[in-house]
Amino acid sequence: MEYPVKQADSQGRLYLELYKLTISEIRDIIDKKEASIREVTESVFERIDSVEEKIKAFVTIAKDKAVEMAERMQKEIDLPGAQKRSIRGVPLAVKDNMCTKGVYTTCSSKILRNFIPPYESTVTSRLLEQGYVLVGKTNLDEFAMGSSTENSGFFTTNNPWDFGRIPGGSSGGSAAAVAADECIAALGSDTGGSIRQPAALCGVVGLKPTYGRVSRYGLVAFASSLDQIGPLTKNVKDSAILMNIISGYDPLDSTSAPVPLPDFTDVLGRDIKGMKIGIPREYFIEGMNAEVLAAVREAIRQLEALGAVPVEVSLPHTGYAVSTYYVLATSEASSNLARYDGVKYGFRAKGKDLMEMYVNTRAQGFGAEVKRRIMLGTYALSSGYYEAYYKKAQQVRTLIKRDFEEAFDMADMLVTPTSPTAAFKRGERTDDPLQMYLSDIFTISVNLAGVPAISIPCGFTSDNLPIGLQLIGKHFDEESVLKVAYAYEQSNDWHRRRPAL
Amino acid sequence: MKYEAIIGLEVHAQMLTETKIFCGCSTRFGSEPNTQTCPVCIGMPGVLPVLNKKALEYSIKTGLAMNCRISKYSRFARKNYFYPDLPKGYQISQYELPICEHGHIEIIVDGTNKKIGITRIHMEEDAGKNIHEEEGNYSFVDLNRTGVPLMEIVSDPDIRSPREAVEYMKKLRTILRYLGVCDGNMEEGSLRCDANISVRQAGQKEYGTRTEVKNINSFKFVEKALEYEIKRQVKVLEGGGGVVQETRLWNSGMGITESMRGKEEAHDYRYFPDPDLVPITVDEKWLDEIRGSLPELPDIKRDRFISGYGLPEHDADLLVSEKALADWFEDAVKLGGKPKAAANWIKGDLMRLLHAEGKSLEECPVKPRHLADMLGLIEEGTISGKIAKAVFEEMFKTGKESGVIIKEKGLVQIRDTGEIEKIVDDVIIRSPDEVERFKAGEHKLLGFLVGQVMKATKGKANPQMVNELLKKKLS
Repeated sequence: MEYPVKQADSQGRLYLELYKLTISEIRDIIDKKEASIREVTESVFERIDSVEEKIKAFVTIAKDKAVEMAERMQKEIDLPGAQKRSIRGVPLAVKDNMCTKGVYTTCSSKILRNFIPPYESTVTSRLLEQGYVLVGKTNLDEFAMGSSTENSGFFTTNNPWDFGRIPGGSSGGSAAAVAADECIAALGSDTGGSIRQPAALCGVVGLKPTYGRVSRYGLVAFASSLDQIGPLTKNVKDSAILMNIISGYDPLDSTSAPVPLPDFTDVLGRDIKGMKIGIPREYFIEGMNAEVLAAVREAIRQLEALGAVPVEVSLPHTGYAVSTYYVLATSEASSNLARYDGVKYGFRAKGKDLMEMYVNTRAQGFGAEVKRRIMLGTYALSSGYYEAYYKKAQQVRTLIKRDFEEAFDMADMLVTPTSPTAAFKRGERTDDPLQMYLSDIFTISVNLAGVPAISIPCGFTSDNLPIGLQLIGKHFDEESVLKVAYAYEQSNDWHRRRPAL
Repeated sequence: MKYEAIIGLEVHAQMLTETKIFCGCSTRFGSEPNTQTCPVCIGMPGVLPVLNKKALEYSIKTGLAMNCRISKYSRFARKNYFYPDLPKGYQISQYELPICEHGHIEIIVDGTNKKIGITRIHMEEDAGKNIHEEEGNYSFVDLNRTGVPLMEIVSDPDIRSPREAVEYMKKLRTILRYLGVCDGNMEEGSLRCDANISVRQAGQKEYGTRTEVKNINSFKFVEKALEYEIKRQVKVLEGGGGVVQETRLWNSGMGITESMRGKEEAHDYRYFPDPDLVPITVDEKWLDEIRGSLPELPDIKRDRFISGYGLPEHDADLLVSEKALADWFEDAVKLGGKPKAAANWIKGDLMRLLHAEGKSLEECPVKPRHLADMLGLIEEGTISGKIAKAVFEEMFKTGKESGVIIKEKGLVQIRDTGEIEKIVDDVIIRSPDEVERFKAGEHKLLGFLVGQVMKATKGKANPQMVNELLKKKLS
């Protein structure tokens, strides 16, 4: 389906389907007073009313709060000399693992089902300063552990392109909500591919910034050395706009980097002639879906046509990435999730003594995948195994980082598929965790190296399922990533396609 | 059989920072439960720690004062275990790369100096407190203390007796208080001590099996707990048994150590580097600044007091044991007091009165200036040493100057020869027996006669003048 924003009503009058717009379009319309913030917000909630039942993207829909915020923002611009806000009145969704003061933040886990944070995460504080309207909190694999949203402790989100398929994960709710126009854009978090893989599988743009670019304060930790928040948007420009808001050093996050902050929209539309794009040979492998491979190859040809120069590079330690990741991520997770013990907040089960309360709370509160990972991580950190697992994995991580540094000596950025397959059917991989872990085979190394990467739509399978192209940049070089992504996006219509709902 | 004890101490010192180690909450002691908490220190989902630079500075200061090597690169690690007073399910501590290593301090036992090695000093956060209800099967948790910065100071196994352990603890406390990084209050828990103890036969090379004794919360108990544990281990060995490696708890009520958990039940803390905190780097410039800010340390001060003021070692030891006391002494000397006299008054009357009144030096109404003035009055003969004792007590009671007190009470020494002579004559007339015996060669009776004169003048007569006059008149 094309992307007709203007629709005719029964009397033949043209009207805007506001929920279909992008951030920059909404900004324009609000600035020009072609629509009010309330109308924009209402449009999004009407859309949610009509499609959410099929998609199930949201854990919490924050309509009352959203309407209130929309009113406030509308009042503000109705007065002369209103303060400048870059996304005033723009309805956005936030993955349910980022703390929003006064709004449930569950991580799609039974253990946090009743948790309402008393504080605001840094990213959402920054969005609030810029006037965003929170639509709701989106579904995820419990504690962001998964690649299909099937590990949500509540329900599975459906892929808007095919309700029988998964939207990817763990930011599946955010990706599906954007693809289904249930919000103008969304935030996700990416530990091993959790923004990029669902973006690819839902046909939207998903950016994982450099580790340290965006504050993690208020992001419920899965694996602290890998987690990073980023935007899921309908196009590249919107990603740049959100990056301008959420990026930057935060004194509340010691791992956030005090590096200069560019205007990420400046590079959009710039020439990519002569840019060397590295094609890592290890990423074009046996067993990859042929249609995905063909679409990515075609995208590389397109980039070449735009003036980029493909060069073959090698990331020799790619084969160790998944196992390295599953040692490190689970080790950190086993410790990060220790606080959910029934003592202070969240779910508490009954028990005859402290130990029994602990055991029952965690046995009943966590789902199978979370428990699996806690056990894996606990094992990897145990005395006698630490050297062989955690320490060894850290060493391999260093080698993987070095792979990228060496590849970036040859190329300005790397191009790969985002996911080896398009969206798979619900239940297809739930009984086989290893198969599920391989969904992130192309995205995981990027987190281990800490570099930025984007997934943008680059075609469709014969089943009309979106395919994603991944562009990987150097540390803190989101600008090149956005520049190339934008140039590619402008040369095709993939991102304009929307599922028929 | 002779046995030798091998002791190493792990001391936790609460740092005197205004705020907690990883958040901005106050560290004040004794507030209403859970009023000094925030999302960070109660371990809310999503929060992150940010290191309090003051805690790092204090740790470096301590390391420098204890002759440690300060790590240019160190890290925080997570120590994982479940307990309700530990809200994150892990304690942020240091493990592989502590901030300070390889230091030592000196102690003196029986007049002999001994170096005790410091293995390491690391930073960590304190846990909260569980409060168990007597009635009902539940407990409360107070998280005010959670995140208060601690230093853990680990000694080498260089300590050989409970007395050395006490001296080591005292020295540690003195240094910490000199630096102003810890108040050293063992009873309030701002200084806590765990001990590792083993015994071996004299001459034996290998260490014996050790036990760890926890919960030693006063200087007195350091000695008692160690004495008990050494005796216990020796008894086990002499009975043909073997010491079991375990953690034991000091029961101060019963004066014994009790088994808490064995080696098999020891926790596996699964330490790993905390990914939420970046590695700590200390640059040379900052290190120099901190080094430059160190106060004169007790050992150096002691030497200076001995060589500079000619004090006996014992006096110097006492004076430097508290920086405030040493400063008090030096202020009195600077204001004109003779060092030895000042030291005598401090260790005698001042300490006695402070102790009797339960007052600290800061609360003492007598200031160094008061003592210096009074010493001046003694020196110039305005008052006698005996009168001075009364004057000092009055100063302590009222905070008045010695000059004012002697005027008010008419305590000025009588130095008028005529006046004294009259009284001397009077005493001679009233004591014919004693005078007779004195003249017959019983010279010790001079003391009795001087006493009579002093009594008659209420102690105000200049004793030297009385002496001379009496001798002259009776010869």
